[in-house]
Amino acid sequence: MSEHISTETNQLGSAGYNYAFIDEGAKREIRRKLLKAVAIPGYQVPFASRELPIARGWGTGGLQITLSLIGPEDVLKVIDQGCDGSVNAVNIRNFVSRVAQVPTTTDTSQATLIQTRHRIPEEWMSQDQILILQVPIPESLRTVEASERETRRMHAEGDYTRLWLYLYEDIVRFGEISIGARYPVMVNRRYIMDPSPIPRWDVPKLHQSDVLFLFGAGREKRLYAIPPHTDVQPLEFDDVPFRTEDFAGKCCARCGAEDAYLDEIVLENGQRSYLCSDTGRCDKNARCKELE
Amino acid sequence: MRDQPLLSARGLTRFYGTGCVSCPENTGPAAATNRCSACGTIVACAEVSFDLYPDETIGIVGESGSGKSTVVRLLHFDIEPSAGSLSVTIPHGAGRQSGNGQVHVQHLLDGTADVFGATAFERRMIRNTFMGIVYQNAAAGLRMQVSAGGNVAERLIAGGWRSVGAMRDRAAWLLDKTEIPLERMDELPRNFSGGMQQRVQIAKALSNSPVVLLLDEVTTGLDLSVQARVLDVIRSLQREFRLALIVVSHDLGVIRLLTSRTMVMKHGRVIETGLTDQILEDPQHPYTQLLVSSQL
Ligand SMILES: Nc1ncnc2c1ncn2[C@@H]1O[C@H](COP(=O)(O)OP(=O)(O)OP(=O)(O)O)[C@@H](O)[C@H]1O
Ligand SMILES: [Mg+2]
Ligand SMILES: [Zn+2]
Repeated sequence: MSEHISTETNQLGSAGYNYAFIDEGAKREIRRKLLKAVAIPGYQVPFASRELPIARGWGTGGLQITLSLIGPEDVLKVIDQGCDGSVNAVNIRNFVSRVAQVPTTTDTSQATLIQTRHRIPEEWMSQDQILILQVPIPESLRTVEASERETRRMHAEGDYTRLWLYLYEDIVRFGEISIGARYPVMVNRRYIMDPSPIPRWDVPKLHQSDVLFLFGAGREKRLYAIPPHTDVQPLEFDDVPFRTEDFAGKCCARCGAEDAYLDEIVLENGQRSYLCSDTGRCDKNARCKELE
Repeated sequence: MRDQPLLSARGLTRFYGTGCVSCPENTGPAAATNRCSACGTIVACAEVSFDLYPDETIGIVGESGSGKSTVVRLLHFDIEPSAGSLSVTIPHGAGRQSGNGQVHVQHLLDGTADVFGATAFERRMIRNTFMGIVYQNAAAGLRMQVSAGGNVAERLIAGGWRSVGAMRDRAAWLLDKTEIPLERMDELPRNFSGGMQQRVQIAKALSNSPVVLLLDEVTTGLDLSVQARVLDVIRSLQREFRLALIVVSHDLGVIRLLTSRTMVMKHGRVIETGLTDQILEDPQHPYTQLLVSSQL
């Protein structure tokens, strides 16, 4: 086993809780809904969101998926905005590893289940892994339509004119589509889907991937999925194509990566510097550099 | 020999309320109301039948509340009929600017199907591909938070257009036809005058090169001089685009200028129908006689 996997698992702290905290009936219900979500890529499946010892809106949708799928043989990675070490990521990781007694890792390639908020890891993931994304607002049409009943109709009929019109207006006003995170995508040529607040940089990773993507919105009680090898296209016009963030000429000050989504930091002397947003991969790169 | 009618409406009826067996005799011109005294139902329109032929312009005239807008909104699938049928005959390839909408609904367009029985999706395709509408109230026809050009682009997007440049070209061309200054194309129509808003609505209604254009009181509420300009625009577009028009107005001047045949409505029923010239010169129904003598 890799040295980066922490094999020390916490003992079940509070007696009386079921394995992985939620009861088996609730897990089965979530798994059934996940099967439906996988069968209809990009379609939002309602589910009975449970109470958890974490406030709704803090990743409870993703957490319920993770707890429903996890088993003792899994290896867990949790990241928040690319970072394994942030308070939220640490809290969720500690909680899950305690209630499910699984080892954890920061190494993407070692994890079987990865729960994440706002980023998709830079490393290519395999068919043996599952990426679980926390979703605050599952409805990509909410920007143009407040009524849930109406957005459901729009999805059912594939009536997406108003979202396209919104993008058209954006281009008229700003010269390009100004959406940063939550860039709407067309899944399997059928449903428009909110990919959660990942940067545009991560959107192409959803297309024809080997990994299974599962999305959970706890507060809004919705699950959806992109199964492996699914077509996922960002919305774009023929003459105004989709573009990712441009980091040309910039690289990570720590590991030197030029092919990563970078966070800008302002140094004390006022100069700008860049660091990988994906800390797990940055660590790995940096270790490689040390060995060289 | 005449062509097949484009639209063939039979028995168009729309209730607001539960309806009862007495509604038919309790409402209409003889009862002098559109509200059923037994059950309180509003019979907004009932038993309206007509054929609209290619290139033809039909007028609908009548007092306020007589059911004119209801008929137009039924034809545009904005509301569902309580009874009645509508068949549509559009030869393949007649949708001139459409994307692939026609493919999905071609089987409904041979004049045999009742398109009111089609799915919501199919009705939307028919509307987006072949129909245009200008509403009585510009706020109903325009998205006030969306630029004038965007309003025109909306149906193009619905028809499958995905080039911003091509849509802007077409929007600019149509706005020019309706005499909207090009430099105002990216402005919000809520900043426009009433006459301009109506002309943006017309440009929007023409964006998909409709086969049928529905005009609901396009000139009502406009200054006389603005009215004249809007009517000029419609007349030239009528010739240029070879549109079939349904023109709703309570203004007989508008009806005389634009239409060849006219239906007169009162309390939800058609009380007189015929060639516009004949109706204006020799009205048969007492209500029509009153209307003509009071306005001309
Ligand atoms: N949503 C509704 N609920 C109840 N009654 C309605 C509704 N919409 C229309 N009506 C009624 O239906 C009747 C016909 O209305 P409609 O708007 O078709 O009249 P109109 O001939 O267009 O009148 P106007 O010249 O004032 O525009 C009116 O009595 C109206 O009050
Ligand atoms: Mg009206
Ligand atoms: Zn780095």
